[in-house]
Amino acid sequence: MGLVQLHLPAFQVILPMLAAPLVMLMARSPRAAWATATLVSWLSLAISLMLLVRVQAEGVVTYHMGGWLPPVGIEYRVDSVNILVLLVISFISAVVMPFARQSVASEVREDKHGYFYAAFLLANCGLLGIAITGDAFNIFVFFEIAALASYSLIATGRERQAVMASYQYLMMGTIGTTFLLIGIGFLYIMTGTLNLMDLAARLPEVNDTRTVRAALAFIVVGISLKLALFPLHLWLPNAYAYAPSMVTVFLSATATKVAIYVLMRFIFGVFGHELSFNELEMNLLLMPLAMLGILIPSIVAIFHTNIKRMFAYSSVAQVGYIILGISFASTLGLMASVLHLFNHAITKAALFMALGCIAYRLGGVSLIHMTGAGQRMPWTMTAFVIAGLSLIGVPLTAGFVTKWHLILAALDGGLWPIAVFLLGTSVLALLYVWRVVEVAFFRPPLRRIKVREAPLSLLLPTWFLTLACLYFGIETSLPVGLAERAAEALMGGYP
Amino acid sequence: MEWIGFYNYWVVVVLMMVGFYIVIAQGNLIKKIVGLNIFQTSVFIFFISLAKLDGGTAPIYVEGVSDYSNPLPHVLILTAIVVGVALTAVGLALVVRIQELYGTIEEDEIHAQDEAE
Repeated sequence: MGLVQLHLPAFQVILPMLAAPLVMLMARSPRAAWATATLVSWLSLAISLMLLVRVQAEGVVTYHMGGWLPPVGIEYRVDSVNILVLLVISFISAVVMPFARQSVASEVREDKHGYFYAAFLLANCGLLGIAITGDAFNIFVFFEIAALASYSLIATGRERQAVMASYQYLMMGTIGTTFLLIGIGFLYIMTGTLNLMDLAARLPEVNDTRTVRAALAFIVVGISLKLALFPLHLWLPNAYAYAPSMVTVFLSATATKVAIYVLMRFIFGVFGHELSFNELEMNLLLMPLAMLGILIPSIVAIFHTNIKRMFAYSSVAQVGYIILGISFASTLGLMASVLHLFNHAITKAALFMALGCIAYRLGGVSLIHMTGAGQRMPWTMTAFVIAGLSLIGVPLTAGFVTKWHLILAALDGGLWPIAVFLLGTSVLALLYVWRVVEVAFFRPPLRRIKVREAPLSLLLPTWFLTLACLYFGIETSLPVGLAERAAEALMGGYP
Repeated sequence: MEWIGFYNYWVVVVLMMVGFYIVIAQGNLIKKIVGLNIFQTSVFIFFISLAKLDGGTAPIYVEGVSDYSNPLPHVLILTAIVVGVALTAVGLALVVRIQELYGTIEEDEIHAQDEAE
């Protein structure tokens, strides 16, 4: 095995981390900064794909940082669950970088581009690190790396509200990660280890103690803040609405998804579903919150005129769907959740990219801006409609596949009212997507400005993801196969 | 009086609640960051306290000593302190920008300005 193959898991994280200061030094030349960041994000995707091949051949890829054996040393561990998360992060960042050049040029001051791309790479590094590491404290550190970078990315937004949104995110995000740290401390008291696998092996002995239960509570609440579970989602709408388009695409597709992965890892992998669901009946907490989280933000979304903010609320609702799948505590439910993690990432990224095209040409993303946009920017708006259909869950799109599996999981658990609820809430999504379609296609364009179709460098990534929504709606074997294996691995706890 | 033995942990609880309360109740953005720092510091003390062993000394190998404090939490908290410093720096930088853009760092005045737009 070559040297690169051997150290693949380390390269996955270290490459963007080392490239970040390099990119920052290129602050003088925005184009060089962008080109380097793009190259790194493509290399990251290549590494993820190579890891996928290895995971499919070997089952689990482990890497011991610095040669120290776990549980003493830090272990990087890629299995069928987090390979999917790694792929989502590096795939989205590889697609969003070509999109970024013109979009960022129009939305961020030119002298800041070097810092902007450096922060992007650090966010990328943090998210990949959270997904790949097998060490509880490492998760906390990478959470903070990703969070600090995203705070600065959000604050580069054009409007002044962006800075305030970033500040609010900082407050709530820090409380979330500090709660996670407290939970990890409790686990360390009881077991004397930080390695996730070792924790899973030692926890059953001390499961009955109040300390372990407090740890579970702190960790679940802390991560719920990060993943924007209703009603802890208050930071999300403003952060997504005022961030530059490219940042919204990236964060909406990856940041909350990684936090959801960590939640799954802890409640199924470390604590085990025996403790989380059979003894502590966490489904009684998660299920109502998920349902409220689907219902209320969906209704709120219908009344917003800023389309970016509307889809930010829709993101909160989509997180609700994923948590709902988790709360079924069954292999089918988990599989639907993992699948939705993937499908929602590409759907939302495509939608926010289409909005980025609109912001580029029309200067804003309010309903008024979009009047008649369907005639002026047919390609952008067609991509928007297809991604919107995927969000609603119309057959032949990626969104349908997950809704289908969620409903199957609900019926399998004997929860038919929830299946009905899922169908009903799809109508809410239809309502808010339809509002945009109506304004964009059935009203005459405003005459005051001549607007052309978005440039190719914005359109191509948008359409790439839109076609991915369709492709994964028809040819489902890759994500479904990965999700199935991931769900089985999670239900089995740590192997 | 067993509870006196847990003196450190009582301090942790009190500091944690004080910090958390400031974050929630204060409208001044700088004071919120101060609150956040107190909140984080309480967690640092918590980790350091749990590393202490009764009668243990500093974890340096000495002839004739068998009990040592656990060095790992200290190292973890060293990292967490660095993270905390970085967070404070970013937070304060954001407050400076907010002051430049809004002319105030009181939360309710900022919201009033946003709504007036």
